[in-house]
This record gives sequence, structure tokens and C-alpha cells, in this order.
Amino acid sequence: MKVKVINRIEEDFTKERKQDLKKVHRNFDPNIHQFEKAHEYTRALNAAKLERIFAKPFIAALPHEDGVTALCRNPKTINSIVSGCADGAVRIWDIAQKRTLRRLVGHTGAVRGLSFAPDGESVVSCSTDCTVKLWKVPYAPLEAGHVEAQQQAVLEFQGSNAFRSIDHHWSRNMFATASTAVDVWDHERSEPVHTFTWGADTVISVRFNPAEADIFATTGSDRSIALYDLRISTPVRKLVMQTRCNALAWNPMEAFNFTVANEDCNLYSYDMRKFTSATCVHQDFVSAVLDVDYSPTGREFVAGSYDRSVRIFKYNGGHSRDVYTAKRMQRVFCVRFSGDASYVMSGSDDMNVRVWKAEASEQLGQLLPREKKKKAYNQALLERYKHMDEVKRITRHRHLPAAIFKAARQRRVIVDSESKKLQKRIAHSKPGSIKIKPERRKKIVAEVE
Amino acid sequence: MSEPVAASKASSAKKAKKSHAKDDKERRLRLQRGQGVNVKSIKDKKLKGRLKHVEKIVREAQEKAAKVSEWLLPSDTGILEAEGIERTYNFKQEDILRHVEVGAAQKVYDLRLPDLGPYRVDFTRNGRFMLLGGRKGHLALMDWSQSQLVCEVQVAETSKDVCFLHNELFFAAAQKKYVYIYDKRGVEIHCLKDHLEPNRLQFLPHHFLLCSVGDAGILRYQDTSHGAIVAQHKTKLGPCTVMKQNPHNAVLCLGHNNGCVTMWTPNITTPVVKMLCHRGPLSALAVNVSGTHMVSAGVDNQIKVWDIRMMRPLHAYFSYSPAINVEISQKGLLAVGYGRKVQIWQDALHSKQQTPYMSHSLVHGVMEGFAFCPYEDVLGIGHSEGVSTMLVPGAGEPNFDSFVANPFQSRRERQEQEVHMLLDKLQPETVVLDPDVIGRVRKEPREVQVEKRRQEEEANRLRRKQAEEKNDSKARMKGKNRPSKRHRKKQTNVIEEKRPEVLKKMRDEEKRRQDKQARMQKLEQDIAIGSAPRALSRFYK
Repeated sequence: MKVKVINRIEEDFTKERKQDLKKVHRNFDPNIHQFEKAHEYTRALNAAKLERIFAKPFIAALPHEDGVTALCRNPKTINSIVSGCADGAVRIWDIAQKRTLRRLVGHTGAVRGLSFAPDGESVVSCSTDCTVKLWKVPYAPLEAGHVEAQQQAVLEFQGSNAFRSIDHHWSRNMFATASTAVDVWDHERSEPVHTFTWGADTVISVRFNPAEADIFATTGSDRSIALYDLRISTPVRKLVMQTRCNALAWNPMEAFNFTVANEDCNLYSYDMRKFTSATCVHQDFVSAVLDVDYSPTGREFVAGSYDRSVRIFKYNGGHSRDVYTAKRMQRVFCVRFSGDASYVMSGSDDMNVRVWKAEASEQLGQLLPREKKKKAYNQALLERYKHMDEVKRITRHRHLPAAIFKAARQRRVIVDSESKKLQKRIAHSKPGSIKIKPERRKKIVAEVE
Repeated sequence: MSEPVAASKASSAKKAKKSHAKDDKERRLRLQRGQGVNVKSIKDKKLKGRLKHVEKIVREAQEKAAKVSEWLLPSDTGILEAEGIERTYNFKQEDILRHVEVGAAQKVYDLRLPDLGPYRVDFTRNGRFMLLGGRKGHLALMDWSQSQLVCEVQVAETSKDVCFLHNELFFAAAQKKYVYIYDKRGVEIHCLKDHLEPNRLQFLPHHFLLCSVGDAGILRYQDTSHGAIVAQHKTKLGPCTVMKQNPHNAVLCLGHNNGCVTMWTPNITTPVVKMLCHRGPLSALAVNVSGTHMVSAGVDNQIKVWDIRMMRPLHAYFSYSPAINVEISQKGLLAVGYGRKVQIWQDALHSKQQTPYMSHSLVHGVMEGFAFCPYEDVLGIGHSEGVSTMLVPGAGEPNFDSFVANPFQSRRERQEQEVHMLLDKLQPETVVLDPDVIGRVRKEPREVQVEKRRQEEEANRLRRKQAEEKNDSKARMKGKNRPSKRHRKKQTNVIEEKRPEVLKKMRDEEKRRQDKQARMQKLEQDIAIGSAPRALSRFYK
């Protein structure tokens, strides 16, 4: 007879000493793993619930003496930001220690714009007292403790009108300011090198393109977005919308796309090569959007609005991925993404710069390999089951302050009733007589060459 | 000369490669979980790209799993083969023991426990611990392969069934009146007063549900993680002593005295399936691991194999006496026990076999119940003289998965596994007859589904409301007609009511007897006197 029986030797399946590796055996036969799908769904539900439990994005509030009107991050150091105040004070912050490194005194009017030079060692600030000042930024000392010291400006540039915005070039030693006209300055010259005007209204914000060295875009109070080229010394193209755009941000990864923050509670993404329609409309705010900034990955952007909230959107998402509010946070004037795309900074009217996590339920710090695997597994589960009712309800849930919740509900009712009316009009009129304009083209009034 | 040799070598190499490729493909198909998506017919480009990526990942995972199952599995299935004119069912356990290794031979032993009643046996999911429950109340937990007793407790009443909970720390015993839960130290932890007069216990490990059925014919589900009764269903088919779970979809199969097998889920108050299986009461039931086949044995000496996916009978075997117990092992071996004999049949589910694979007779005792040990080639038999184990080569799955069940798990691993099991616990509402429904895409429009669900809920709600109203109306009475009072009445007044009637009957019977005697005497006297003719004697009776 030929007989063989299962006989397991214990030494092969257990470990001898405490420091030995534990042996793990796998058998993927489906008869051993019953209810796989049901267990996976249960784990997805648990993952969604845990994600909401651990969603605590607020990290720190850095206090100022007056409302924060301008914010800028250092391109070379991750933990350093500069913020400008409505009383003219500019502070350099060391975020990790939550302390002010320097107070830059000199401005007498509200600081409206801040921008770092590409080497990360100087910062330019513009203010309503018609001056632009250039400052030197010191390195942060390693020891903890109170540092704060005052510092004067290195250079000062005088202009004729109050400045609204400033942006430093990505590689050269020049910067552009926005007041009644766009001025392009050089560090060595006390007068602007170029001046661009188009129409008689003020320019609200100006931003250089991160990839194309000579192109920059501005938004103006005549509800326009204008593209300029330094080489031709004339404005290139203008897009007029129905409402004014408050801020503009270029996508650092796809440098031909930019996003504007509009007064009509939406953000619009455009391709600079084609202004006939927006590439995406980002909706979710209930009041004017005041600032927008892209993440260094180019996949997300953060926007702050007059309705006291900060929202993070995916670059092609019509609705926000996350919303941050705080009871004591008032109108958000400026927002910035941090250099490692993990944090979001917002400066608001309540005299604080708040630091938030970009992923609300992320565990900060170095993760163990097992923790990383679990995190990746949970994300994959949520991705797979995100359409299921229960999972969707949990992952979508955010607590909103009553004012924003009610305003959003009212907006939804208005939009729904308008669309219903439009459908009825179309149903009751000759087919083809009423043309629906797509959402992406609705707000564009004209394109001017 | 060399060329044809080389050619034949090449062709044989090619053949080997082909068969190897076929084996690979077979293995990959066996490990497949469901059909893929036909990506070519999708028009939407974004969706097509995403699904293509997902299908690629799934295919790579399948290939990896196939490679693991080919190269990395440490053990092989057991085999028992006869050579020449030998037949496998003629091999006795002593012969087999002589041919196997010492470690395997140590697993076969006999525990002589003649005093405390016929024993029932249960194993943990990883096959490490065995639970013995004697009818006279002897409960013992042992690490059977090391022959080590973990705990032993003598409860003073009859215990009809024993069952492990989610691991070896807890077990449940169906005692005379209630179900009791014990710790692995033998300490009684819970008395489940809702389970009255239980006969059989089953534990659904993925849902943490302890189920019992008893003489009242009521099936009860209790969640052992939070302790609430999830469902109580009246089977209305009388006392039930046969209950098995379907491991594939966690549906309970009950065998009744009218020959019906009913299948129950905790969500529906009526049986999901009711099939007439036998011409008399059922004596045993078993369902295989993948939930495709069910074996039922009845008092009518038939053992029938059913396909429960299609609900069709497949074939029937004839047994010489009603089978006491029927079990299906992890690898599909069918064990049938009657009297003192256990027969193991190989491949008996898909096709009808003519001869058994193995046969074993108990030296002492009459069989009460048996169970296959998971992941081992061992069958544990409980009988009236104790517990014995026998070797059944090829019964158990040789390769376990450490994340599912690990016979060598340490204390830390057991604790971690308990936590993971609790986190992954499935809700009882998800128990359905076809568990593959969960991942599928619904084909009907949403309105039709909503309507259907509303109708189902309506039907169940009505029934539940009626049952609740009945219970409520009983419970709400305070005063003269309290349930406790009525119960007392039932115990006392019935007998008293019966007593005068019974007495009356007895008196009537006595009177009739006396009358008859008197008449007979008179007839004899008359005959003796001669006043009545003999031929007419029958008229005087």
C-alpha cells in the first residue's frame, strides 16, 4: 500500500528564538477564504469611518497684530513663510517652532502682496503706501526659543499709486507689480523696466508663468484676465468674464493651465492657448473667492473665500475634496500650499495665519512600513467602494457652520429651480430654438485680441 | 541517428511545456474570483482606461497567486493507494499506522470514558483544539495532537451538544434547559436564558452568531460579540435535532421529522428554501465547504446527495441502517457513520461511487457523532465509550493560510486575529442565499429595486408585527391573567381538571366490569339450573 498523511513538523512552522522572523504561509484557494467580498466591504466601511474619526486638520495658529492680507512661502525652505498684515507689519515665521523669526518694519500702509525671489533669500513686498520693499531673509536658528528681532528693508522702490499685487519672476531678478498698470521692475533699477496698460481700470493680481519665462497673466477690475508677453512689450490677449477675478494661480506642473478665483463663488481653470471655454468650473463656495494657490504637485489647489472657509480642490474636480472652517476664523484673504504639499496655510481677517494639514486624516511623521501598507490598503478600499451608498455617505460628510450650510442649500435650490425652468422652456418651445450654453462658457463674455 | 532522437526529445520537451502551461492555466482558473470585464465594448475612454488598468492588476495578482500555489505551498494532500488486488476499504487503521511517520501515528488514539455518556466532538477552526461533550455533562477541552488537557468541567445536567465559539477561549454547551458559555478554564461565563431546551448548536464564525434549535422547534440567532438576540424563527415543524451551517453563505440547514430540509437566514421569518428530501425524519445533514453539495441521511435508510445551487437531487446511496452522522471534509471526503461503523467515501459528491474509500469499525461503543479536523487528515469520533481518532489520508487541506487559521498560532497572533475578526465581522442582514450578489452590478433600474425592497419589507414587517402584537398582548397583562399565573395554571389546573374526568372514567369502567361479571354469573347459574337453554347463552352476555 502507498500511504501518505499530512504531518507537520512544528519547527518548520514556529520560530525558535524571539528574534527570528515569524513564518507566514499563504494559500489563495477560494475555499479557504469565504466571504471575501463581504469582508472587503466591511473593511471599506471601517476605513471610511476611521478616516472621518482621524480627520483633524488644524495644526497651529500664528498670531498677528492686524488682519493678514498677504502670504508667501519660501521656495527653498519648507518651514518658512512670510505674512503681511493690514497695518504694514511683515513677519517671517518658523512654522515648526511656531515663532516669529523677524519682524520686517517699514511699510505704513496695508501690505497687499508678498513674493519670494527664486533663491529663497530675499522677499519683495508691496503695499498701499505706494512702495515696494525688498528684504533679506535670514536662516532659522536651530535652537528653540524666542528670536524675534526687527529688520529694515534693503531696497525700496517708489511707485505712483497704491499697489495691489506683486509677483517675482521664477528665474530672473525682476518682479511685476499691479496697480493702475502692470509694472515690471528690476532689482537694480529704481524705475520700472516695462509698463503695460490695457484699458483704464486697476489690475488686481499678477502672476508669472512658472515654465514660460516671458509670459505672465493678470486679472483686472474690468472683469478681465489678460495675458502678457515680455518680449513683445504689448499685452497679448484678454478674456472678459461676467464677474471680476480676484486671484490667479498657474499650475506648476502643466504650465499652460491656470485657475482664477472669481467673485461669483466659483473658480475657473483655463488653458492659456484656448480662451473660448474654461477647462473646468470648480463650485462649492457660497461667497466670493479671494485667493487660490496650487500645490507643488500640480494635482490640487487650495482656495480661500469671503465665506470664512478654506477648500481644497482636485485640479480637475468640479467640487471640493475637503473644507476647513474654524469658529474663530473670519474672512480668508490669502492661502498658500506648503512646499512639500502636506500643509496648507491660510491668512484671515481675525489676525491669524492658520496652518492646516492638506490631508485631514493623515498621520504626520515617519510611518512604519506596516502603517504605510495599511494606509495604502485603506485608500485602495475607499477607491473601490466609493460609489456604495453607505461608504459615500460617510466619506462625503463634513461639518459646516450653519451660515455656510444654509447658504449652500439656498444656492442649490436656486440652481435647481433655474435648471427646471430652463428644461420646461425647452420642452415647450420649438426644438432647437433655445440653445443651452455649457457651464464652462456661460460666464465668458468676450475674448479680445 | 541523432536527429530523430533530438527531434523526439524536442517534441517531448514541447509536450511537457504544453502540459505545464495547461496546469498553469488550470491553477489560475481555480484561483480566479469571478469573471473579468470585457473592456473592448466600452465607449467611454476614461472608464475604458481605468478598467484596463484594473484588469491588468487583477491578472498580475492571479499569476502571482498561481505561482505561490505552485512553488511555495509546503505540504501535499494525503493519499492512500492500493497496489495490485488490494482494496483501500480493506485497510485497517493498524495497517495504515505501520506505514506512516511517528508524528502522524501519535495522532491516533482512544480515550476510554465509559461512564459519562456518549460523546460529541467539535474542533476549532484551525484544528488545534478539540472539545468533547458527554451526554451526562462531561465537558473537556484538549489540545488533541499533543494529548494535553486544557480544561475539564463536570456540569450536573445532560449536555446534548457542544460548540466552539470564535476561538478556543470560549465554548458553548447545550445543556438541559439553557445554553451555557464557558471559558477555556472551565468557568461558566454566561447562561443564555433565551435558548430553551436546545438540541443542537452551530456557530457562524464570520458573523459571530451562535445558533441553537431545540425541542420547541424555534431557531435562535444570538450575536456573541454584543450579546443581543438577532432573530428567533418558529420553524413550526416540531422538535429538530439536525442542524448544519452552509460554510459558503452562512445559511443554516435544518432537518425535520417530516422529511423536509429547511434553510434559514436571520433576516426572513420563513425558511428561504424548503425541500422535501426523505420519506421519514432526517437523521443527519452535511454541506461541503464550497456550498455546492449537500448530503442528507434519513431514517428511510437513504443517503442522498443534492446540488444546492440548482436545488436538484444528484444521486442516492442506500445504507443498511439510518446514518447517525454525515460529515464532509475540507477536501470533499464524505464520512458516514452508523452503528459501530464509519465509512469514508471519496469523490462521492460529483459522481456515484460503488465502493467506499475507507472503513473503520469501533471496537467499543456505539457512535454518537464525529467531526473532521480542519487542516489534518484526522477524523475525531465520539461514541458511548469515549472518543477516538482515526487517520483518513487526503481528508484535510494540507496548506493553511496564516491569516485565516493557523494551527501554530502564538498567544499574540491569537489576540491579533480575534481583533481582526471582530473588526471584519459581517452584519447579519447581509446573510443571503447567494453571497456573490454583493459585488455584482444591479441590472434593474433603481425604481424597480426600491419597489421590490419595499414589498419585501412590507411582507416581513406585517408578519413581525403580528408576532410582536401577540407577544405584547401576552406581556402587557398585569393582574389576574399574568403570564406567570397562566403558566402556573397550566402546570396545575390541567391535571386537576383531568382528575375528575379520569376518576369518572375509572369508576365507569369499574361499574361496567362489575355489571359484566354479575351477568356472567347469572348466566352460569341459569345454565346450571337449566332455566335457560344453552344455545341461547350468547343472548345473555
